[in-house]
Amino acid sequence: MLFTRLSYLFLVFTLISCVGNKKDGEAPTASKTTESMAMDKSVELPYPVYDYEGLEPLLNKKDNKTYIVNFWATWCKPCLEEMPYFQKTFEEQKANDVELILVSLDMPSMWEKRLVPYVSEKNLKGEVVILDDPKMNEWIPKIAENWGGGIPATLIYNKNDRVFYERGFSYEELNTELKKFTH
Amino acid sequence: MKRLIYLTVLAFSGLLTSFTPADGYGIGDVATDFSLKNIDGTMVSLSDYPDANGFLVIFTCNMCPYAKAYEDRIIELDKKYKERGVPVIAINPNNPAKQPGDGFEEMKARAKKKGFTFPYLLDEGQKIFPEYGATRTPHVYLLEKTDNGNIVRYIGAIDDNYQDVSQVEEKYAENAVDAMLAGKEIKVTTTRAIGCSIKV
Repeated sequence: MLFTRLSYLFLVFTLISCVGNKKDGEAPTASKTTESMAMDKSVELPYPVYDYEGLEPLLNKKDNKTYIVNFWATWCKPCLEEMPYFQKTFEEQKANDVELILVSLDMPSMWEKRLVPYVSEKNLKGEVVILDDPKMNEWIPKIAENWGGGIPATLIYNKNDRVFYERGFSYEELNTELKKFTH
Repeated sequence: MKRLIYLTVLAFSGLLTSFTPADGYGIGDVATDFSLKNIDGTMVSLSDYPDANGFLVIFTCNMCPYAKAYEDRIIELDKKYKERGVPVIAINPNNPAKQPGDGFEEMKARAKKKGFTFPYLLDEGQKIFPEYGATRTPHVYLLEKTDNGNIVRYIGAIDDNYQDVSQVEEKYAENAVDAMLAGKEIKVTTTRAIGCSIKV
């Protein structure tokens, strides 16, 4: 267990340092300088930044819980419209072994400017992670063969079952789907 | 174990079957022509291009960050392939009532600012994008003009890295046009990318 935790930490650090390196390596033009300064601070982001490989364990937990994994971004209007339904459902259902994972697809330039303020303003509950992996054509079908790439999109799974929805949800619709997993 | 087998089967079936949107075109289908209003006020149809060898029909818009990230690359595509008979036809599929930044006047302003070299049409009434099966912006449909109509040859992304042009490894759309014009088989006919869902 300790080992798993250590390697997890190592992975996180590796990812963070990769992000740092990538930005440091950019051409030092005037316009890029401000950008890379903003990036350097991303090391202090309150959420982990994953590539697909880093995210994958969160999509394949084998415990007794049901996971709602919502793919969203602050620039995606319909994603923000449905966010309150996910928050409400999570509050109501977490005692029922339901977990919420919010996978942000915000671009690096938006992490500090938009994502962090949004999450704290709305006091979002659940686990917020950032997926930063431009090789979309490789990882999108790994998450769901039927996903064309539009967001909002949501994966609901537990150890027995798994359904992917490339659509937005109302509160009622989300609960109807969730009940198929929790009952 | 059962789950592992299931996943393996799923992974392989994913490799074997090409992706076709639930509604809309698959590779080899005949794409419909349209008559949509361009930012210059004229109506544009595919049939207005008697000398074309094909078209890069790209569903895109003003507001989506991914669409913005690809604007310069769409201009480059048009410049490169228009003279080879495959012009870009850009269509904004969004409902301006739902996404005010994607209204007709805003389209004009954006096209002027960026120096679009191609028609930028509004899918008024949103009839065309569902027929094509576009689900997000930007979403590319490469059509080949044949005696049997405009045949869909490629559906998907422009390339494999929205963030950084210098990191692009595969130029999906260019590769498809090059193969089509050379009369060769298009190796990658469908790709996926995160994009903004179309606002209806």
